[in-house]
Amino acid sequence: MRLREIAHARAGDKGNISNISVIAYEAGDYAFLAEHVTVERVKAHFSDIIGGKVERYELPNLGALNFVIHQALGGGVTRSLSLDAHGKSLSSSLLEMELPDPQKERDR
Amino acid sequence: MKTVRIGSGAGFSGDRIEPAVELAERGALHYLGFECLAERTTALAQQARRKNPAVGFDPLLIARFKAVLPAAVKNCVRIITNMGAANPLAAAKTVAAIARDMGFKNLKIAAVEGDDVLDHITGSDLPLIERQGRVSDLAGRIVSANAYLGVEPIIEALAAGSDIVVTGRVSDPALFAAPLIHEFGWGMEDWDRLGQSMVIGHLLECSSQVTGGYFADPGYKNVANLARIGFPLAEVREDGSAMLTKVEGSGGEVSLRTCKEQLLYEVHDPAAYIQPDVVANLSTVSLEQVGPDRVAISGGSGRAKTDTLKVTIGYLDSYVGEGQISYAGSGARARGQVALDIVEERLKLTRVPIEELRLDMIGVNAVHRGAAVGSYPEPAEVRIRVVGRTQSMADAIRIGNEVESLWLSGPAGGGGATKSAREVIAAASTLLERDVVKPRVSYEVVS
Repeated sequence: MRLREIAHARAGDKGNISNISVIAYEAGDYAFLAEHVTVERVKAHFSDIIGGKVERYELPNLGALNFVIHQALGGGVTRSLSLDAHGKSLSSSLLEMELPDPQKERDR
Repeated sequence: MKTVRIGSGAGFSGDRIEPAVELAERGALHYLGFECLAERTTALAQQARRKNPAVGFDPLLIARFKAVLPAAVKNCVRIITNMGAANPLAAAKTVAAIARDMGFKNLKIAAVEGDDVLDHITGSDLPLIERQGRVSDLAGRIVSANAYLGVEPIIEALAAGSDIVVTGRVSDPALFAAPLIHEFGWGMEDWDRLGQSMVIGHLLECSSQVTGGYFADPGYKNVANLARIGFPLAEVREDGSAMLTKVEGSGGEVSLRTCKEQLLYEVHDPAAYIQPDVVANLSTVSLEQVGPDRVAISGGSGRAKTDTLKVTIGYLDSYVGEGQISYAGSGARARGQVALDIVEERLKLTRVPIEELRLDMIGVNAVHRGAAVGSYPEPAEVRIRVVGRTQSMADAIRIGNEVESLWLSGPAGGGGATKSAREVIAAASTLLERDVVKPRVSYEVVS
């Protein structure tokens, strides 16, 4: 199952740092998100484009995670050579992440 | 209980104008804020001002004010905007001239200046933030430096009876928080109220990004009538709680999910959203859908402000040259790869001094990045894109030329070649002691 099936996301930029929120459609899926969408997995997902650390902030009251990805934007929107200099599309890319099937997880 | 209604008329310099007119006409507003200043805009505006002292403000200022003033004057909607960019004084004079031309009377227009801190930054060795390096690394190339001002000069202007407040660089949420603090008389050390006011400002500052813009994803997040999307407005009460909504009948949606996405937009640590006037805490916010397109916002909090203000430095970074050409049909991707390989080799053979080179295939990997790239079927067409950074315009031009030469010397069926080269004015950020920054307010009166 892809992350896209249970969460939506939005990317924003500040300097050379991208932040991507990952928000559960259903509040009940937040714990599953928090367990599986980890700093390590996000770092691996973007390993070919990021040069810095990844931080994760947890917002259980919103059912959301906020990832802060350093050295992610080719120097920042004002100097990046990327067609998507803001990294706006990184949110869609993150939603492609493969996750275990929640039903199978429950049966485990 | 007293309620203040404030709308968002723009979230970036090129934003649509009609939704702002709709808000001024039908939003029953007290205030309408326009956020129009991106990171590097001030540097570009500063360059324009050096060539002509009468400009340097937002290029759409005249069009926006001509469109919005009739409804704003009729309905007594006070306007706050950072469209002053690098020249708030000239912007205020221009707004006054527009108002006179349109026959309006008894208007007071404030210009907020003092964000220009170029003299303090030039020669300093402060560390940069949000990237590596120091200010001294940019020596000789700096064209502008502007501190993010807070709410206080805007409140001063409102307290003096201004109908319109035009600023340069101020924090984006401050454009919307200032009138709330002014109306309700919240103290400048009432950190929780200030924090909540920044939550409201942050939700409003990107206009339609909270009413269903930058959001739709067919089959997952369906949004109706995006071509007629309504811009947001907040009904704010004395205790700081707010109802976020939009004009009835406009397109888009105001929902928990649109508000959650915007609440975290461009935020790092949600518990420490650093603003000039307060360190706001977004993690304590409660959202509740109380009706169609109505979301209640409460619980934002805050703690004492920092000793520094963020400064955006505009500087001449480099030159960038680019070329593109398309391939279609069977084998398009393979021909695109041949084309990229040719250009890469040609740039080496002809010894173009390139500091950073990017070889993209639009339709495959130019926008989309991350682990999932490569797991898609063969595209029906691709467009290759070669882009490189140089230290001179002449070298930047050579990059596009090498792509253009694929017309005759590249793989079969290359079409639609384009090329460009540009000077890059980039933005960097640092932190400056707040005590050295001195905001000032002056007034234009239309009698």
